[in-house]
Parts: sequence; structure tokens; C-alpha cells
Amino acid sequence: MDNKTRIELQKKALENRITALNMVYRAQSGHIGGSFSVADILTVLYQKVMNVDPARPRWEGRDRLVMSKGHCTPALYAALAQRGFFPAEELNTFRETTSRLSGHAEMGVPGVDMSTGSLGQGLSAACGMALAGKIDGADYYVYSIQGDGELQEGMIWEAAMTAAKYNLDNLIAIVDHNKLQLDGTTEEIMPSMYPLAEKFQAFGWHVLECDGHDPAALYGALQEAKEVKGKPIAIIADTVKGKGVSFMENNVSWHGNVPSAEEYEAALAELKAQLEELEG
Amino acid sequence: MSMAERIATRAAYGKALVEMARENKDIVVLDADLCACTKTDLFAAEFPERYFNLGIAESNMVGVAAGLAACGKTAIANSFAMFSAGRAFEQIRNSVAYPNLNVKIVGTHAGVSVGKDGATHQCLEDIGILRTVPNMTIICPADAAETYHALKAALEHRGPVYLRLGRLPVETVHDSDNYQFELGRGVLVQPGSDATIVTTGLMLQEALKAREELLQDGIEVRIVHIHTLKPLDEEIIVQAAQETGLIITAEEHNILGGLGAAVAEVLGERCPTPMARIGTKDVFGKSGEPHELMAEYGLDAASITKVVRETYAKWKA
Repeated sequence: MDNKTRIELQKKALENRITALNMVYRAQSGHIGGSFSVADILTVLYQKVMNVDPARPRWEGRDRLVMSKGHCTPALYAALAQRGFFPAEELNTFRETTSRLSGHAEMGVPGVDMSTGSLGQGLSAACGMALAGKIDGADYYVYSIQGDGELQEGMIWEAAMTAAKYNLDNLIAIVDHNKLQLDGTTEEIMPSMYPLAEKFQAFGWHVLECDGHDPAALYGALQEAKEVKGKPIAIIADTVKGKGVSFMENNVSWHGNVPSAEEYEAALAELKAQLEELEG
Repeated sequence: MSMAERIATRAAYGKALVEMARENKDIVVLDADLCACTKTDLFAAEFPERYFNLGIAESNMVGVAAGLAACGKTAIANSFAMFSAGRAFEQIRNSVAYPNLNVKIVGTHAGVSVGKDGATHQCLEDIGILRTVPNMTIICPADAAETYHALKAALEHRGPVYLRLGRLPVETVHDSDNYQFELGRGVLVQPGSDATIVTTGLMLQEALKAREELLQDGIEVRIVHIHTLKPLDEEIIVQAAQETGLIITAEEHNILGGLGAAVAEVLGERCPTPMARIGTKDVFGKSGEPHELMAEYGLDAASITKVVRETYAKWKA
């Protein structure tokens, strides 16, 4: 990936974070930390990798994305609006009673391929979609974005076995490895979920690891993933929860916290400064 | 009533599934290591490319079914009722019913007539659990003929369906050739004006035998059969209450949450009527011969006869 493209994607990801911040602040509820950690992943997928058509959100031949960490709708809805699935103004209705942009991902929203929110379920649905692609001889890919804490759900490993059994090389799971969950660090809460790469390998997956905030690294890993034949692919993306705002980074309280007016202004200023720096 | 041929509803299901899958290429069948019991082994043999045995992992099976359905397949997830409806409840609720996906959940081995496997495998809660889930349709057929039509209707319906089936071979009471099945419509199986027994599933056969007994006492009982527990045919129940004045429900399920509860809810709001609920009395099952268990839990024809006789006498007095 050339540097110009890389910078364009970084800018898009920053815009995604600014939008997500605005959505949560406006709604006075929502998940900022995990939205910031997944922003680059979603940006690279929707802007550069996924074969989708916003004019035909249910087009059968499209690539699918299952946001298994379904609470990170600020980032997901922002990415979908950015890609043109619905007008950006609608994001101002996030979590409102009359809005279709509910707290967790919902299939009624254009571009959302699976309703999620109950952790651990998305990878199974993604397996089903990939299996349908194999049955039909279709060439679409299914992307499933996992939270790291979510990997503590047993159902994830049931799905992992299924994907390997049926050689679902059209399934690419991306772990947003930000190392924090609601009650603390993943290392504290469930140390035995590690080592991660070896676990996926033992379950028959091809594993790649990359910097989850570098668009070029993410793009490279996704291209490499598509070369893999006969196995599902897990990309463990090394990320920072709260990425982009100094006082939110690696801070467990920003899983579901809503910023105060001062915190909001400070966070916005930091993100905007980074954007201006990129725009040079 | 053809008493000669005894067929388990699960066996009728397995056979019908193969027949319908020949026409309907969208059907995909999932199992969790019980295909020999759920009778989907017949499908697996004929359509290996559309059959997936996902191992002993029911939650994942339901989730995979949701993904298949999201891509246009009619996904059928099979296991014992205890595991397909019980273990995978939350997956059914959040990944299937909430997005209203075209997934059919099949639960065989419902009720105490499972027999010797005992309480852990005798699901008596599934109707109650799934009745509270929006978008869900629940069908519990009585015999082979009804199972055929129930499956056909379940496949024609776009959206989640739970099909509750039994392990035990039972008599076929419906006329296979001329049976008119309509999803969401109760069936007037026998006329009567003294009381009504409302049945679901395999209790229809028991209720019909009880009716014969009660005729000896001069009590003519109407039999209304409810194959579709949700959406419930309220009209046939209200009409029976108005015309016969006494309602007895019979189900192989806890009296809490199932058919009896559903009927009581309707009558409480629309036509308060004296009632008795036949079912397991908020207890677990246990190991034993199916017919002995049916008697012990008050579910066989003799028990039904007794309840109707006593309730009728009390009501008349």
C-alpha cells in the first residue's frame, strides 16, 4: 500500500473516531473504548477490502461482515455511513427511541449483515454464511470481528471447530485484541485464554498477526488471508482500547463510559489535532 | 383411528424431510451428533452436500443456522428438545428470533415418554420457554400424518419455527389422505357438549381413549387439538368454552408455561371458564417405561378420564 493511501485511510479512521465520539456524547450512552480500537479495522475493510454495494445492501454476491463485538455500533454505523449505506445525519439519532440505529448491531440497518450484541454468537453466524457460500459455489468472503474478551465464550470455540471441519477459507475472523474487557484486563479476568494464536492454530485455523492500527499492515494481512486455501483464517490485530485519546487509551473505565463536557471537548481536540497533522 | 400402525413423530419427520428436500433445494440440515435419533440420517444419506453434523455443540448449531438463513437457506437445526430448545435458548432468541431469520428448530424426544433416559433428557419446559419469544411459531404434532403437514407448513412459513416431536411410536389418528392442516388453526377432532379436552402433541391419542371411557359415564367430551401452540387459535378455545362450559387441557409438558397456561390466559381474558390442567405438576421426570411414566405423571388415558370425571362432577355440583 502506498503512503498516500495509507494516510487517506488513517484520516478516514480518525473521522470514524470523531463520529463515534459525537454519537456517544450525543446519546449519552454507548461504547467508546472498543469503537476506537476497531476503527482502523472497519475502515480498511469497508474502504479498501470488502466487495459491497451501498446501493444494494442485500446484494447476494456481496462480502459479509459480522460485528461479533456488537456493542461497538458507534464505529460500525459510522463506517457504514462513511461507505454510503445511509446518510451521515442519521447517526445523530443513535440509541434514540425512534431510531433504527440501536445500541447493538441490528439487521434492519442497511449494511448490517447480522444482528449481534450477545457476545460469542457472531462467529457461528459467520460460519453459517461462509458455509452457504461454499454450498452455492459463491466467491464472497465473510469477515467476523471478534472482541478479545468475547473469546472466553465457549461457543466461539464450537464455531472455530466447525469452520476448520468444513475448510472455510472464505471466513476471515479478525480479533480486535485491545486486551481490556468490562471488569479489567483480559489477562486478569481470564489469563488462560492465552496463548491466542496457538489456540486458533490448534483448532485448525491459519493465524496471522498484525498491528491493528496500521492500515497498511491490516491491508497486507487481509490480502495474505485471501491467499490461504483450505483453512479459516484468524487475524489477531494488536490494538489499543480507546485508541486516539490519551486519557482513554488502555483505560478500562472507557469500555462504556460517557465523557463529561470537558472530557468530550478534550477528546475531540486530540482527535482533530491528529487529523490536522495528517492533512499537513 | 388406525391403531395398527404406530409411528413416532420423529420418524415421520425424518421421512417427510427427505421428500420435501427433493423439491426444496434451499433446505440445509444441521445436527449435533444425534442424527440417528432425530431421524435426519435419512436426509444425510440422500443429500450429503446439504447436511452438516456440527458435533455436540447445539449453541453453535443454532448460530450457524442463523448465518445460513441470512444467506437465503432454510436452515433446520436438530437435536433433542432439551438441547435444541433448552441449551440453545439464548441463541434462538438473539440470533434467530430477533432478526426473524428463516430457521427451523426441531426438538425430538420431548416429554416423559422419552422413557428410560430420564429427567435430563425429558424436556418439559420448551413450550413455555419459546412461547415467550417474539417471532416464534411453535408446532407440536400428534402423529405421523400431522407431522408431515406440520413440516410442510413450517417450511412454507418464512421465519423461525420450533417443531416439537416425540420419541415414542404412536397411533396415527388423523386421516393421512384427507387431513386439512392449517398453521395456527386448532382442529375439532371429536364433537361433544359436556366438556372439552384441549390437547397438544401425543396427548391427543390419550384424550381420544379417555373420551371413549367417558362416554360410558354418559359424558360426551369434545376434543380440540392444538398443533400450533403459537400463534394460538383463540377462537376454537373460546367457542369450546362457551359451548361446553368446562375446559381440560392435556400436554406432555409442565402445566406452567405450556398449553394449559396459554389456554388459561385466553379464557381468563375472554371467557372465564372452569378449567383443569393435565401435565407434569412442576416436577422433573425420571427413568422408566414410557407407559409407566405417563401413568405416574397423570398423563395417560386413565388419568385423563379420572380428571375429567372428577372435574365434571365438581362443576355440575
